[in-house]
Amino acid sequence: MTGAWLNRILHAVLWISVVFFSHPLLAKNLYGNSSLNLPVGVTHMSREVYSLHMIIFWICVVIAVVVFGVMFWSLVRYRKSKGARAAHFHENTWVELLWTAIPLIILVLMAIPATATLQKIYDTSEAEMDVMITGHQWRWHYEYLGQDVSFFSNLSTPPEQISGAEQKGENYLLEVDQPLVLPVDTKVRLLLTSNDVIHSWWVPQLAVKKDAIPGFVNENWTKIDEPGIYRGQCTELCGRLHGFMPITVKAVSKEDYQLWLSEQKQQAAEKAAGNEREWTLADLMTQGESVYNTYCAACHMVNGQGIPPAFPALAGSLVASTAEGRATHIERVLYGKSGTAMAAFGSTLSAADIAAVITYERNAFGNNTGDIIQPAEIKKQLKPTE
Amino acid sequence: MTSNSYSSATEHAHEPQLRGLKRWLLTTNHKEIGTLYLIFSLTMFFIGGTMALVIRAELFQPGLQLVQPEFFNQMTTMHGLIMVFGAVMPAFVGLANWMVPLQIGAPDMALPRLNNFSFWLLPLAFSLLLSSLFMEGGGPNFGWTFYAPLSTTYAPPSTNFFILSIHLAGISSILGAINIIATILNMRTPAMKLMDMPLFVWTWLITAFLLLAVMPVLAGVVTMMLLDINFGTSFFNAAGGGDPVLFQHLFWFFGHPEVYIMILPAFGIASMIVPAFARKRLFGYRSMVYATASIAILSFVVWAHHMFTVGLPLAAQLFFMYATMLIAVPTGVKVFNWVATLFHGSISFEVPMLFTLAFIVQFTIGGLSGVMLAIVPADYQYHDTYFVVAHFHYVLVPGAVFAIIAGVYYWLPKWTGYYPDETLGRWHFWLSVIGVNLTFFPMHFSGLAGMPRRIPDYALQFADFNLLSSLGGFLFGLSQLLLVWVVVRCVRGGKPAPDNPWEGAEGLEWTVPSPAPLHTFSTPPEFIPERDSPSRA
Repeated sequence: MTGAWLNRILHAVLWISVVFFSHPLLAKNLYGNSSLNLPVGVTHMSREVYSLHMIIFWICVVIAVVVFGVMFWSLVRYRKSKGARAAHFHENTWVELLWTAIPLIILVLMAIPATATLQKIYDTSEAEMDVMITGHQWRWHYEYLGQDVSFFSNLSTPPEQISGAEQKGENYLLEVDQPLVLPVDTKVRLLLTSNDVIHSWWVPQLAVKKDAIPGFVNENWTKIDEPGIYRGQCTELCGRLHGFMPITVKAVSKEDYQLWLSEQKQQAAEKAAGNEREWTLADLMTQGESVYNTYCAACHMVNGQGIPPAFPALAGSLVASTAEGRATHIERVLYGKSGTAMAAFGSTLSAADIAAVITYERNAFGNNTGDIIQPAEIKKQLKPTE
Repeated sequence: MTSNSYSSATEHAHEPQLRGLKRWLLTTNHKEIGTLYLIFSLTMFFIGGTMALVIRAELFQPGLQLVQPEFFNQMTTMHGLIMVFGAVMPAFVGLANWMVPLQIGAPDMALPRLNNFSFWLLPLAFSLLLSSLFMEGGGPNFGWTFYAPLSTTYAPPSTNFFILSIHLAGISSILGAINIIATILNMRTPAMKLMDMPLFVWTWLITAFLLLAVMPVLAGVVTMMLLDINFGTSFFNAAGGGDPVLFQHLFWFFGHPEVYIMILPAFGIASMIVPAFARKRLFGYRSMVYATASIAILSFVVWAHHMFTVGLPLAAQLFFMYATMLIAVPTGVKVFNWVATLFHGSISFEVPMLFTLAFIVQFTIGGLSGVMLAIVPADYQYHDTYFVVAHFHYVLVPGAVFAIIAGVYYWLPKWTGYYPDETLGRWHFWLSVIGVNLTFFPMHFSGLAGMPRRIPDYALQFADFNLLSSLGGFLFGLSQLLLVWVVVRCVRGGKPAPDNPWEGAEGLEWTVPSPAPLHTFSTPPEFIPERDSPSRA
């Protein structure tokens, strides 16, 4: 009988708190602007996750207040120094049954909304567009499937801010050179994988966190309600610069998205044209330096000295500074070196960028080979499937 | 077996006592080995703690000031490994060595030479591990969870040394567990049934079975890493047809029971100390035993709650969510039992009791955030953030470590013959409570605000919480020097302690003199269940 009553009371408390704390407007005023709590977020799912979080939080607070209340009351009331004499009771089947059953009921009540929300999160069907997200040490690569648009998204915080030589900006460590642009009110399926180690893609405002694992393609989805810029970070330790691979999502209106997409396609066409023409050494060196500093300097260092033994030096190395190493050099950049951290760039960078960076590496840091590698040579080397 | 070890223990009494280094290298005495374990653990606690302070110093403000990211990663990794395998586990084994034979009326551990061997493996294992910090390419830098392929294909060359040291520490744990099980099952004083054993013994018996079950899995997983790194296999290498997620399944099949290995003996300690200072029997001895066993069994079916973001199928997510939530039930039973024991007691607040009460409150906070983490959709927001760091530190530091310290204060009079200094002990307690909560409570907020764990530098909105955590970290770390001071003083002298130094304490350990002589219970002590059993009517 008591169990049934308690059940009803708990139900009532639960539903009152659901209504009270999950009302987005109220929730936002109470907690939303404070950095003490999770963000409410900008998707239906993020708001649902937020209310779930608040419900379980308040249940935990109530439990803590009751348990600690009884505990501290006992500590004050039954002090030996105040003459308290110990009672001799122990073991009581009803009490013990009750304090097993009540938590069980509370847990079931928590599990019901959690299960419902989880089922929705797992429903990636009927997506209107797909984005392939690939984790790399230490940057994200986004590919708009079926659109021929893809790019890397790199940390854009200048090193001077990290070392403290410059004032830190507002979005310190949370800013990138090219954000992931998504249209609002569109169900976007996110496909996640990795090129090297495990990464995890998290944007708190979208309540999306999913691991990017080599050899696996994970799925998730989001449907953003409001245009804006939403920031997140890699959340799985992925090596040296794990703390320096942020995520920035720029949500725009559907029209703006189409505009952006056609711009991207045009740029891709220009880039492709660059693969067809002959480059001068000076052009290759300028382009190569910029590619090198973005993709290679994290391991091989800006001065080409590397961090041996994990990340070998390029300056004066057999591969990068001798005529015999030339073919190997191209092969390493295109296909990586298995069993080491050296990634394959053949499928992610353009032939022109690869030609430029190899030319740069063979002529910088005192590697004065004088070699010029043209995009045409790179294209010839790439396997026909790629 | 049993009769053998009894006779060897008595023979031992007549041998001339070895002196100096040889005495400690060759000792087979459970009390001396217990002391060795405790000293080792304390040393590791300070080494791992220093690493924590390097981390906290770097995180004191945004930007890279003191260390580079590669060294920072080595610090987080080594801090975790040392605290888990070098500080907390050996501390519990040390307490078990000292107290299990005394609590069950046995003259020594069942396998004294094995006991010596399992201790001396540890300094070897951890010298190897620490030496890897000075090797070319640095020490382990892939987190204490060493997820492949970061720990295989992308690992520094010193990883082979890391694997060997994990093997050695694992063998030490397995041998220690065998010894504890053999001792408890075979060497209790004749009248003591299993349900008459003190809860510290019960929790350790269950812990030892957990160790036996999961340490071989850890050994297996590091061996697979060894093969992947050196012999061209592809267990965890996707490019070779392997499966990086398999690593996580294997690791956490070890890792989750490991979490309980580090907390069950703490439950045992609290269940000894609360009745002693409430001067009232533990409310539900039987339900405590059953709750401990339930937690241990459940611990084998919840491992994937560490992997909610790896993309398991929905059905698996739901199963692991429900199973994980279920653990809250027996854990709740334990907390309710302690509170019910306090209720209507006659409570005094000596230092062991202070640490135990803080343990109960702080462990419960960690337990409640654990329930929040079990809710999969919410976990997507908490996973791998400082919220998780706050959660597991709450159960491990203000939880397990506080219980260990409580146990040390509780049993010190038995070990040294003197009471620990009450005033210094209180200073130690209050500074520790303030320090530990100042360190770890703000981490809940930095996590909810979005700060990922294991990063050497962070965005500006996390700065305030990190500042508090760093201040708290230094306060907590430095106040542990007081513990050393209290222990050293207590070994040297102080207020002499009678056989039973605590008014309400029960158990066979209090029937031998303080300090306990090197050899105790050469003949099994009298134990009358109707009078002495914690489960008596």
